[in-house]
Amino acid sequence: MNLYDRKYNFLKYKKSFMFISLIFFILSILLFYVKGLNLGVDFKGGTVIEMKFDQPNNSEEIRKSLLKIDLGDVKVKEFGSNKEFLATIEQKGKNNDFVNSIKIQLEKDLNIKIDFRRVEVVGSKVSKELTIDGIYSVIIALTLMLIYIWFRFEWQFSLGSIIALVHDVIITIGVFSLIGYEFNLSIVAAILTIVGYSMNDTVIIYDRIREFLKKDDKQDIIELINDSINSTLSRTLKTSGTTLLALISIYFFGGEILKGFSFALIWGIIIGTYSSIFIASPILVYFNVKRNWEEVVDNTP
Amino acid sequence: MLYFSRFKVFSILLVFIFGIYFFIPNILPISNNILFSNKKVNLGLDLQGGSYLLLEIDSKPLIEQKLQSKSLELRRELREKNLIYTNFRSEKDSLLFNFKLDQRNTLEQFLNDKVINPIISSTGREFSAIYQSDIVTITFTVDLLNLIKKNALEQSIEIVRNRIDELGTKEPNIITRGLDRILVELPGLKDPGEIKKLLGKTAQLNFRFLSNSNIDSSLGVDILNSPKKDIQYNVEKRIIVSGENLIDAQPGFDQLTNSSVVNFKLDNLGARKFAMASKDNIGRNLAIVLDNEVISAPVIRDAIITGNGQISGNFTAQEANELAILLRSGALPAPLSIIEERTVGPDLGKESVQSGIFSLVVGFLLVIMYMFYNYRIFGFFSNISLLLNLILIVSTLSILGSTLTLPGIAGIILTVGMAVDSNVLIYERIKEELKLEKNNLIAFDTAYKKVLTTILDSNITTLIAAIVLYFMGSGPVKGFAITLAIGIISTFFTTYVFGRFLVSIYIKKNKEALIRI
Repeated sequence: MNLYDRKYNFLKYKKSFMFISLIFFILSILLFYVKGLNLGVDFKGGTVIEMKFDQPNNSEEIRKSLLKIDLGDVKVKEFGSNKEFLATIEQKGKNNDFVNSIKIQLEKDLNIKIDFRRVEVVGSKVSKELTIDGIYSVIIALTLMLIYIWFRFEWQFSLGSIIALVHDVIITIGVFSLIGYEFNLSIVAAILTIVGYSMNDTVIIYDRIREFLKKDDKQDIIELINDSINSTLSRTLKTSGTTLLALISIYFFGGEILKGFSFALIWGIIIGTYSSIFIASPILVYFNVKRNWEEVVDNTP
Repeated sequence: MLYFSRFKVFSILLVFIFGIYFFIPNILPISNNILFSNKKVNLGLDLQGGSYLLLEIDSKPLIEQKLQSKSLELRRELREKNLIYTNFRSEKDSLLFNFKLDQRNTLEQFLNDKVINPIISSTGREFSAIYQSDIVTITFTVDLLNLIKKNALEQSIEIVRNRIDELGTKEPNIITRGLDRILVELPGLKDPGEIKKLLGKTAQLNFRFLSNSNIDSSLGVDILNSPKKDIQYNVEKRIIVSGENLIDAQPGFDQLTNSSVVNFKLDNLGARKFAMASKDNIGRNLAIVLDNEVISAPVIRDAIITGNGQISGNFTAQEANELAILLRSGALPAPLSIIEERTVGPDLGKESVQSGIFSLVVGFLLVIMYMFYNYRIFGFFSNISLLLNLILIVSTLSILGSTLTLPGIAGIILTVGMAVDSNVLIYERIKEELKLEKNNLIAFDTAYKKVLTTILDSNITTLIAAIVLYFMGSGPVKGFAITLAIGIISTFFTTYVFGRFLVSIYIKKNKEALIRI
């Protein structure tokens, strides 16, 4: 199927799409405040231990044993198989050597040899710093892109793309709150990547809009934007397709540690593609974009 | 756009050859080969296994110490200068006292004196003095607090290094972070338990006499516990010899008591002090105090003049060994606490590498098939560019010596997915141009020209995200940012330059043919 030859009217229902997006946007903010995020140790502080047993075990017994050590709330879940578990412990021990005492306690209670495959301990001071760094990095990235687009295009484009980006970021956070996947440092990295990708998508359509604006400044703006989306649609879908293929491969074969990360990216590609077509581009209709570009497009090779 | 000068062709081939040259050591077991470089991709702690520890120095006791010594000094000097003070006290991080209002000018001069209040940096003094009616508040400046922290950090990092070296860990990376933190990276270490135990102790050793109520204990007495026995000792504050004078400590075995001991040797100064003190105090108990706990308190039977001694305290062999290491490597000025730890076992690291590479291969194959299906011969060109792209990313990582982490591998896979974007942009554009323009050369040329700004614009936005991540992120996330950034740059080269080169060869051979993409 050659997508280019067909023409879809993307802007026909622009108000409905924007309305739906707005609803999801508000729902995400509500979810974030009401339910919150399942913050990982990076942002909450505490201890995570990934352990492997010689024989199958069950998470409840591990939890009971861990509760005997006074380190606050303990969560234990299977991690890939019934010999592997992930324990999340609310607090960080005061003693530098407390991880070892946890191991001794477990081996005594369960009478089994345990291998601690991964240990992450984050003190409350560090987790606060990481949270601030995370928030700053998203804001800095958004600001830099705003400036870049402003510099390359007009302020209307800059505003449109940032609205789309904020939309992507907030709804992604909403999705994480809804399904309760752990929110950690690598998810922040994923969100920044989504920001980059969604921007990339938007810029390509904007480029086309600008090109058409230069070529013909009499065409109806709605029609012009719709033409731009249509003529880049094939590229938009193909690139999203290949990127999704690569990411799905990480999701299924990349191991447990990369699951949340690749999920965030997969979701981000989908919402980024959606927002560049249904939010970033149609919104320009309302911003009164500049029509008479002074420079003339050079069509000679 | 489709014309390549000889120089350009040569440069492209050169990059190609260099890329492969630096890629090869990563897949073939070549080491110390004269033909190839030894540089390989540096695996992060999450892939090769190892420990990342962030230590923080608790500088509070040091600041308190400084406050106390300053208070002693000030009171002595005030008396000497006949400045009258009353109600001298310390509150939080400041010293306060009341003064006579008619002495205010002299006092101000006194507190501004360069000996009393030295200049410690281009901007500041040791302390600031604030006068409020007849009370003066002396507060340490931020400059001084920072100086105390800096000195403690410099001392501590040396000692941390010594202790870790004693355990024989391979290639530890120990650097300072900020004002009061030390970052320790220990690649390949399976269990950091022992190191953590060693880092938790300051190991301040000193020898002090137990107090006899009838003999002069003018400097005061501390009541200290014993780590093993349930006894409290009254120990004089006066220090005979401290750990600074120690030049060696080795674990040993005492056959009389049948237990492990630590044998130590003092330097000349320490030996002399020790000899004097022991000669005058035969019959008294000498407490061996480590981190404010009395390890043992043997009776002095003879003057000890050689400077050699033995610490016994019902140690196990392992405890004796640990103590010897701690004493040899020196005392920390202040306690260190581990505020962040990330440890990955070598098995998990290996599994991560395997699953990472497997998902890379699967993702790569899927993308290749997709491109081939969509663009046929041009898909083939794009796939060759993509393969070169992978090789260039790995060889750039090797040359730069940057660290590849698990998210880094994910970054490479993401690049594989996004790299074809430039190709898709180009090919879709060519399709459009071919509709308007019958001449193949012109159509291709225009397409490449028009698409350049789009490619640059879209790549720069992702590059911005990668750069922000690099500077704000830590450890594994940094690894992701690096591969993403390198990926974007090498993608530009492989698709826009190398890919265009391949296409130009094809087009020149098929000038007249009907080209379908």
